Amino acid sequence: MIKFYNKVKNYINYTVIGVFTLVFAIISLSGARIDSSSLYLFEKVSISIILAVSLSVVVGFLGELSLGHAGFMCVGAYFGGKFSVILEPVLGISVPNLLLSILVGGFVAAICGVIIGIPALRLRGDYLAIVTLAFGEIVRSIFVNTSPESFGGTLGLATPRFKKEYLFIFGFLMVLAALFVIQNFIRSKHGRAVTAIRDNEIAARATGINITKYKLLAFTISAFFAGVAGVLYSFSNTKVQGANFDYNYSIEILVMVVLGGMGNINGAIVSATLITFLNTKLPTILTGDFAVLQDLIYALILIVIVIYNNAPALKSFRARFNIGVLIRKIFRHKHNPANIRDDSANWDEIPTKIEMNEILSVDVKPQNLGSDKPSKGGKQ
Amino acid sequence: MSNVIENVLETQNLGISFGGLKAAQDVNLKIKKNQIYGLIGPNGAGKTTIFNMLTGVYKPTTGKIFLDGEEITGLSQEKINHKGIARTFQNIRLFNNMSVVRNVMVGLHYRPEFKCSVWESMFRLPGHFKSEKAMRERAKELLRIFDLETERNSLACNLPYGKQRKLEIARALATNPKLLLLDEPAAGMNPHETEDLVNTIHYIRDNFDMTILLIEHDMKFVASLCDEVTVLNFGTVLVQGETRMALRDPEVVRAYIGG
Repeated sequence: MIKFYNKVKNYINYTVIGVFTLVFAIISLSGARIDSSSLYLFEKVSISIILAVSLSVVVGFLGELSLGHAGFMCVGAYFGGKFSVILEPVLGISVPNLLLSILVGGFVAAICGVIIGIPALRLRGDYLAIVTLAFGEIVRSIFVNTSPESFGGTLGLATPRFKKEYLFIFGFLMVLAALFVIQNFIRSKHGRAVTAIRDNEIAARATGINITKYKLLAFTISAFFAGVAGVLYSFSNTKVQGANFDYNYSIEILVMVVLGGMGNINGAIVSATLITFLNTKLPTILTGDFAVLQDLIYALILIVIVIYNNAPALKSFRARFNIGVLIRKIFRHKHNPANIRDDSANWDEIPTKIEMNEILSVDVKPQNLGSDKPSKGGKQ
Repeated sequence: MSNVIENVLETQNLGISFGGLKAAQDVNLKIKKNQIYGLIGPNGAGKTTIFNMLTGVYKPTTGKIFLDGEEITGLSQEKINHKGIARTFQNIRLFNNMSVVRNVMVGLHYRPEFKCSVWESMFRLPGHFKSEKAMRERAKELLRIFDLETERNSLACNLPYGKQRKLEIARALATNPKLLLLDEPAAGMNPHETEDLVNTIHYIRDNFDMTILLIEHDMKFVASLCDEVTVLNFGTVLVQGETRMALRDPEVVRAYIGG
C-alpha cells in the first residue's frame, strides 16, 4: 500500500483537481443551478492556482525573484480578450473562440517572458525584482493609454460574455494543463538543470549547463501560463482594465508561492486556494463596522502560516504530523528512509532552503567573474 | 594525425592581468595524454586563476589555450565543458538541495546518448522515459565506482566532507571530459581519506583513460601522484618538470620556505 502511495503521490494533485472539476461539471451541466458567487469563487481559484504554479517555476525552481507576474497576466488578458472580440463575429461565443484566445494570450505573454528573461541573465535578486516590477507597471500603463478603439484605454476592454457554467470548467481544465506541463518540465532532466542553476550557478556552468537557455525557458513557461490565466481573468470579469493588474496583484501571487513553500507545487495550489477564498469571502462575511477587520484577519492568517513554516520550535511538530506520516500511520507502515526515498518518486521533496530573506538579499557581485557566493548549507 | 597532437592541453604564453596586477604571465603548460600533472606554488601564486582561465571563467589577456590541438581560448564555460574540460572547486560546489544521484545526472545532461528535447519531457513522450532511465543507470554506475551508491538518495549537503569531494569528482566525470581539473582535492581531508583519494585518482586515470591536472598543497600527495609538475610563484613559472626533481629545486624550496 505504501509503495502504491509512493508511486501515485505525484499524481494526487491531478486527481483531486480532476475529480473536483468533474463533479462540479456534472452538477452544472445537469441543469442544477450553482449560485453565481460560488461560480465566481471557482473561477478566481482556478486563475490563482495557474498563477501561483507558474510563478513557482521562476521563484521556487529557478530561484529568481519576479515581481512582474501581473504584467504577463495583463498582456495575456488584453491580447486574448481582443482576439476573442475579433473572433466573435466569426466563431460566436463558443468553445473554439475561448480556446484560441487562451492560446493567443499565452503566446503573446510568452514572448514578453523571453524579453524579460534576457535581462534576467545578467541581473539577480533585488535588481531583477525591480526590472520585473517596472515591466509590469510599463505594460499596464501602455494599455491604459491606448485609444478606446484598440484596447479600450482607461475605460477598459469589454470581452465576450461566456457562460459562467462553462468558464470555471475551462479554468480548471487549464489548471490541469498547467500542472501537466509544468510538473513534467520540472520532473525531467530540464527541470533538473533549472534546479541546478538555483542551487549553484557557478557549478552548473562548469558542469556544462546552458544557463541562458534554461533561464529563458523558465521565464517563458512561467509567462505563458500567466498569460493564460490573464485571458481567463478577462472573461471572468467580462472586462479588462489595466488598473486590476497593478503590482499589488504581483505581490499577492508571490505571497501564494511563498506561503505554499517555494519549490513546492502542491503547497502553491493549497495556498492559492486559501488566499483567494479569503480575498473573495472576507468582504462578504465582514460587513458594516467589521469591514475594518478584513485586512487584520488576512494579515493574521499570513503571519500564523509564516511562523508555522519557519519557527524552529515547530519543526519537530511538523515532522510528526505531516501527510506522509499520517498515511504511514493509517497503514501501520514502519518508516524506513531507504524505502521511502525511492529515487524515481520524490520530486516534491526537494527541500526549499531558499528563504524569503535570502532571495531578497542584495548580491552586488558581478556574476561573470566567478566570484564566490557562499554555498547555502555547504561546508567551505 | 596522432603523432602531431600528443598534448591533451597546451597553453602558449597564457597570462591575465587585473588592472595593473599581473596574476599570471607566460604560462606554458604541455600536458600529455594520461598524465597526472600537478600545479603547485605558495598561496596567491595564481594556480586557481589559471584553472579559471582554462575553464573559461576568466578570459585570458594574453596567450592561447589548446585542447587536443583545438583552440578554446575565450569560449564560454559551458562550451569549454562540452569540448572536454571538467573541473572541481576548491570550496566544494555541489547542488546541495538535490539528491546525490541527481547531482551526477546533471553532469550527464549534455551527453549525446541521453538527448531528449524539452517537448519530449513536457509531454512525456517515450524519448523522455528512455533517456531518464539510461541516465539514472549510468549515474548509478558512476556512483558505484566512487562507493556512493548506498547514499544515492540522500541530499548532497548531508554527505560527509570526503564523500562530497568524491561526488564532485563523479559529477565532473559524468560530463565525459578529456581533461579533469581538480582544485585542491585533498584539502581538509584526513590522512586516511587522502590515501583513499590517491587510489581513486589513479583508478580514474587508468579506467577512464583520463588526463588529470591538479592543484595541491600537500607535497606528499603531489609526490605520490604527479608525473610532472609546474611550480608557480607570483604568477610566473618557477620550475617545470618531473616531480621529484622539481620539488628539490632550490628555487622552489626558497619560494615555499623563504631564505
